[in-house]
Amino acid sequence: MRDVAVIGTGMTKFGELWGRSIKDIFVEAAQNAIEDAGVDHIDSLYVGSMSPGLFVGQEHLGAVLADYLGVNPIPATRVESACASGGAAFRQAFLEVASGASDIVLAGGVEKMTDGADVTDVLATAADQEYEVYHGITFPGLYAMIAKAHMHQYGTTREQMAAVAVKNHRNGAKHPNAQFRSEVTLEQVIGSTMVADPLRLLDCSPVSDGAAAVVVASLDVAKKLNKSFAKVIASAQSSDTIALHNRESLTTLKSVVNAAQKAYKMANIKPTDVNLVEVHDCFTIAEIVVSEDLGFFEKGKGGEAVVKGLTAIECGRIPINTSGGLKAKGHPVGATGIAQIIELYEQLTAKAGPRQAKNARIGMAQNMGGSGASCVIHILEAQ
Amino acid sequence: MVGIVGYGAYLPRYRIKAEVIARQWGADPEAITRGLQLFEKTVPGQDEDTITISVEAAKNALRRAQIDLKEIGAVYIGSESHPYAVKPSATILIDALGIGPHVHVASYEFACKAGTEAMYVAYSHVKSGEMKYAMGIGSDTSQGAPGDALEYSASAGGAAFIMGKERVVAEILYTHSYTTDTPDFWRREGEDYPRHGGRFTGDPAYFRHIVGAGKALLEKSNMSPKDFRYAVFHMPNGKFPMEVGKRLGFTKEQIETGWLVPWMGNTYSGSSPTGLTAVLDVAKPSDLIFMVSFGSGAGSDGFILRVTDEINNVRDRAPKVRQMLDEKKIYLNYGEYAKFRRKIKLNE
Repeated sequence: MRDVAVIGTGMTKFGELWGRSIKDIFVEAAQNAIEDAGVDHIDSLYVGSMSPGLFVGQEHLGAVLADYLGVNPIPATRVESACASGGAAFRQAFLEVASGASDIVLAGGVEKMTDGADVTDVLATAADQEYEVYHGITFPGLYAMIAKAHMHQYGTTREQMAAVAVKNHRNGAKHPNAQFRSEVTLEQVIGSTMVADPLRLLDCSPVSDGAAAVVVASLDVAKKLNKSFAKVIASAQSSDTIALHNRESLTTLKSVVNAAQKAYKMANIKPTDVNLVEVHDCFTIAEIVVSEDLGFFEKGKGGEAVVKGLTAIECGRIPINTSGGLKAKGHPVGATGIAQIIELYEQLTAKAGPRQAKNARIGMAQNMGGSGASCVIHILEAQ
Repeated sequence: MVGIVGYGAYLPRYRIKAEVIARQWGADPEAITRGLQLFEKTVPGQDEDTITISVEAAKNALRRAQIDLKEIGAVYIGSESHPYAVKPSATILIDALGIGPHVHVASYEFACKAGTEAMYVAYSHVKSGEMKYAMGIGSDTSQGAPGDALEYSASAGGAAFIMGKERVVAEILYTHSYTTDTPDFWRREGEDYPRHGGRFTGDPAYFRHIVGAGKALLEKSNMSPKDFRYAVFHMPNGKFPMEVGKRLGFTKEQIETGWLVPWMGNTYSGSSPTGLTAVLDVAKPSDLIFMVSFGSGAGSDGFILRVTDEINNVRDRAPKVRQMLDEKKIYLNYGEYAKFRRKIKLNE
């Protein structure tokens, strides 16, 4: 396989973009990424989007977006893997360039969630319709069960989960495109409206509109462009049972463990070599569980690590979600995986401004679908 | 100068507390009382509707205006709960009060701003010289679906204003309306309860329109918020009018006199009009009042009023709205409330 690099990025503001359509926001992000990369064409396009059909009544998204971006007749394909759609789209672009089939590919992600659809219902389609959703379970409900199990098994506390939200809001406040550019206190998180016990409103990522795009190219193309880029040193994907009740354990996400093992092997590195990570914190408990399953902390110690500040930008052992994560930056489902790659690119090329982590050489992005039935992991390295 | 010659409000005596509704649905009462600043709301009695509320409010306005009923050229009622889909509410009102039959009547509907619509048209008729007096009424027995966020706020009440040129108690100095196609809240023909766009009812709807009309009104009048003694904004909950006032540059002190919503609920078409009556109940001659309504769909009507010496002569001729809000209350439990609001379907 050829070496592949991320050479340009673009994203819209994340939030309630009521005045703009799914086409508008994707085109803005994609155009910015292409301009940033400084390329005069792209060979193909992948777009991650979880459910444009249910959210805005638009399927055939690859063709729609290629048309409005003005890049016909290149191949254009939508990739769907629930909340991991963005990461999966990036992986397709990576594989296409790595295989030698294309030199320059755009990987984008977009979701328009605030146009009136019942968001909880649409998101629930990422769970098992027959065995989970039929009984009334929602995603806050599924992650609440994971949280309860983790609290029971490892003694993870309410305060430890709240500390994840506090940290991510602190980081998000420094992100110009974040949905919530405001900090929250531990008391505010713990006192916020109950959603699904023990998860409260400020434990949950928001409903968001937004688009993000990156341009990936062969290392040869990247070098010729004479600009900063980050090399993709691992791409891994894994799956697990769709329903939570079919898992051996509620407190370990096997898809995350498996994808991480593959990614570390491909990059030929250990968890201690990673300088920062963007994880899929759809709920605060998810960040804790994932930080353990990626091998950064011993099982059951993820919550404690957050409280100790080990995951903060400043003095952290492994800064987690320097972007603010899904919690503060926003979670336009399909765009999330791409936005994670953008954060790594900015950190590894020293463009993250007030969010810049020290010694950022190797960064990881962990993007997850459903209650962990899919997981996509990428590792990028600074050049 | 044309303005209000008589005003009157009416609120039903029945109440339900927000915490009683919250407990019924397993919701957190604090989120409603603290978050939305809603503590209790009025509930219409079993024999009350938009028309009876309008009649009561109009009677109070007539007590203050003391004019010849036959000189009233028009009566308009704005509401989103007119009892009849086809038959104007004011036809019943004019016969009940002895106005007409030589009178023009109409029913208006524009979600929560139908009342100020009626006021604006009544004012315009008098200003044009077409008639000596015209009455504009905003009143509602508004609907909130069981368990919906609106159930905490949708209440009942109304206010009536008689416009004229002589013995004016509050002159209308400027008006301005601001309207767009914004589907934030609606109820289709035949549906029992309205639907709404959740958070979309905030910034793109309520705030955009009130700020739009409010700013234009300030520009047109060449006045600034500090010139006003009072400000009244549409009151869908306790939080929004305070927030929109702040965005326009008004203070809590200017707003709180007309801020009835924490204990009255949202009387929809009667909301900002009832707030205006609360201000007139205490205002002094030469006080300036800034008022902007909001109706989903969406639009806002703004008025700048100046109180005259005449206010001291008419004020005590009819009950004041704070009295109606604070006295002789009868609290209902959720079951009684459900019965009163006909939420329980019976075999006829």
